[in-house]
Amino acid sequence: MRSSASATATRPTVVQFFITCLLDHLYPDIAEACVTVLERAGVRVEVPPGQTCCGQPAFNGGFLAEARQMARHFLAVFAETTGPIVTPSGSCASMVVHHYPGLFAGEPAHQARAEAVARRIREFGQFLVEDLELRYVGGRPGRYTYHPGCHLSRELGVRGCAETLLAGIPGAELRPLPEAEACCGFGGLFAVKLPTVSAAMMQRKLENIAASGAETCVVCDASCMTHLNGGLVRQGRAPMVRHLAEILAEVGP
Amino acid sequence: MSGFEQRAAQALHDVGLQQALRRTMDHFVNGRLRAIAALPHGEALRDHARVIRANTLARLDEHWLTFERNAQANGSRVHWARDAAEACDLVVAIARERGVRRIVKSKSMLSEEIALNKALEAGGLEVLETDLGEYIVQLSRDHPSHIVAPIVHKRLEDVAALFHEHLGTPPTADIPTLTAAARAALRRSFLQADMGITGANFAVAETGSIVLVTNEGNGRFVTTTPRIHVALVGIERVVPTLAEVGTLLQLLAASATGQPLSTYTTFITGPRRHPDEDGPEEVHIILVDNGRTQALAGDLAEILYCIRCGACLNVCPVYRNVGGHAYGAVYPGPIGIVVNPALDGLGPWHELPQASSLCGACTEACPVRIDIPRMLLRLRAASVEQGYAAGWLRWGLRLYAWAAVHPRLFRLGGWLAARAQRLLPGKRNGWNLWLPGPLAGWTATRGFPPLAGESFSARWQRRRGRRP
Repeated sequence: MRSSASATATRPTVVQFFITCLLDHLYPDIAEACVTVLERAGVRVEVPPGQTCCGQPAFNGGFLAEARQMARHFLAVFAETTGPIVTPSGSCASMVVHHYPGLFAGEPAHQARAEAVARRIREFGQFLVEDLELRYVGGRPGRYTYHPGCHLSRELGVRGCAETLLAGIPGAELRPLPEAEACCGFGGLFAVKLPTVSAAMMQRKLENIAASGAETCVVCDASCMTHLNGGLVRQGRAPMVRHLAEILAEVGP
Repeated sequence: MSGFEQRAAQALHDVGLQQALRRTMDHFVNGRLRAIAALPHGEALRDHARVIRANTLARLDEHWLTFERNAQANGSRVHWARDAAEACDLVVAIARERGVRRIVKSKSMLSEEIALNKALEAGGLEVLETDLGEYIVQLSRDHPSHIVAPIVHKRLEDVAALFHEHLGTPPTADIPTLTAAARAALRRSFLQADMGITGANFAVAETGSIVLVTNEGNGRFVTTTPRIHVALVGIERVVPTLAEVGTLLQLLAASATGQPLSTYTTFITGPRRHPDEDGPEEVHIILVDNGRTQALAGDLAEILYCIRCGACLNVCPVYRNVGGHAYGAVYPGPIGIVVNPALDGLGPWHELPQASSLCGACTEACPVRIDIPRMLLRLRAASVEQGYAAGWLRWGLRLYAWAAVHPRLFRLGGWLAARAQRLLPGKRNGWNLWLPGPLAGWTATRGFPPLAGESFSARWQRRRGRRP
């Protein structure tokens, strides 16, 4: 963790936005919401052209050659840019931070680039709270609960940022989520390869969300959101899991 | 459908199992959290324990020679077994040479790993499990489903029915009645046995002692009443000094059962000596490799840090939902996913690394912070390399990766998929309720959201001119 003094001293003014493949093709409005919030927070947003996918689906499936291919592409897109790379996914951020350097073991040039890029990666909520030291950037009052994604909280060790921004909304109530840190059951290809187990985990998460009494469950990963809302839709219920960026973008301060 | 998936689906529909798991798993998890928090410098202790394990395994050969020398000086006999068959043969031979007929055992996962009971029975020996859980496993001809709590898959009512059948207790007996019945049945066998068999939680090099941890006291009975004691010790169990064992024992008890120390922690340093009034005449310590040396030399060596507390099973959302039998292996749960292939090779276990959502709860709970997800990813990569990946996945990802490094194709692909989804049957508020082929796994329990007609990057590019 960096000290707040150094964060203030180097308050970023320009960020590179990594959309993620999921937001780009499934949820362009959430990507738009990210830009809205970041601009509202006073930073200029650049979207490096040619960006696609960080390669996590291949990496987690054990397809290292394909993962390396995509990681090289990611580095080509982002390595020459400057400033923090902000991404609205704890999982994709963790992929770059934790697994890119290892992917290029034995390729010192790529590895050094990977490490340099990894140091610049910030998850969306983390960037707002840790780098910009914000407590409130917008959002409507309401009853919220928060599901911490596993890769964001456990792998990146980013905890409390989304909660801070939600609790900062005037009139918002942040309800505790029972068994909050239990995995929702998405797990990438796991959700397709072992659908019954994945669905059992999902069901437990949906029950806990209902038990929280919240109107909206907020997440920092579109993957968890797709999985949980997908379950609700399948069961004939209304989707109520939303990405943090959407919540914050709704109304400005 | 894979074997794991089939067994998992059965487990999810097994009402009794689901009740049993829901009743007990939280108890373990909360107990561990309380006990670790109560340890002075609990987190630093975990770091220290990890260093102890790493340093010990780095010089395993030296520690075992020290152990052997000291154990022999205490009067214990030390044997080495390369694999399961050698270990079983050794125990059977020791029993036969000494006219043993009846054997009592305390709980040992290593004995499960080498299938010792089968070998003993084939050798005409009578063997009785004396850990209450293992006794129940033996009575019901079952297998342990957890490395610390072997019958976590059974409910009280299941055990009552079993005891009613075998021990004549009332069919709705309560726990005190059941344990009293087991105690009476076991006591007779303890007094008649010629040989006691145990595992070992640790082996202390500097004293030549083995350390046994139990909560029922059966371990002490097994190692003091019969005239011969045989201890099976996995070669990763050695600890150089008593001081280091102290650290590991605290973490083991806290992580396994939420205790500051297990009820019975027994140090066994050789057979009966003058003027001891009890204890066995002979102590045999069998050091079992069975794949461990090979694991130590490979990139899964870290899994040998494991002190078998079971905390990773208790927190794993997959294990908590499907229980231990779904894994189809002696060692279930996150530790099993790695340790079974580490010991036996990936071949028989190539499905196991898929049984994880990579949530990392295991590593967070592990007292020695083993990075299980990282090793699991290595196993998945090995599984792809060795050709176990499904064809649709291999080709699908190859195509996806190729498109991903050609951004225009990637965008075109997204656009085409958005058009194509209109042709899919089964929609609800725009969500797809049916996807073709292997993706049907997704839509069996979830809808899939509509793909955007225009991606965000396309939108951004179109409007870039108008942005400041």
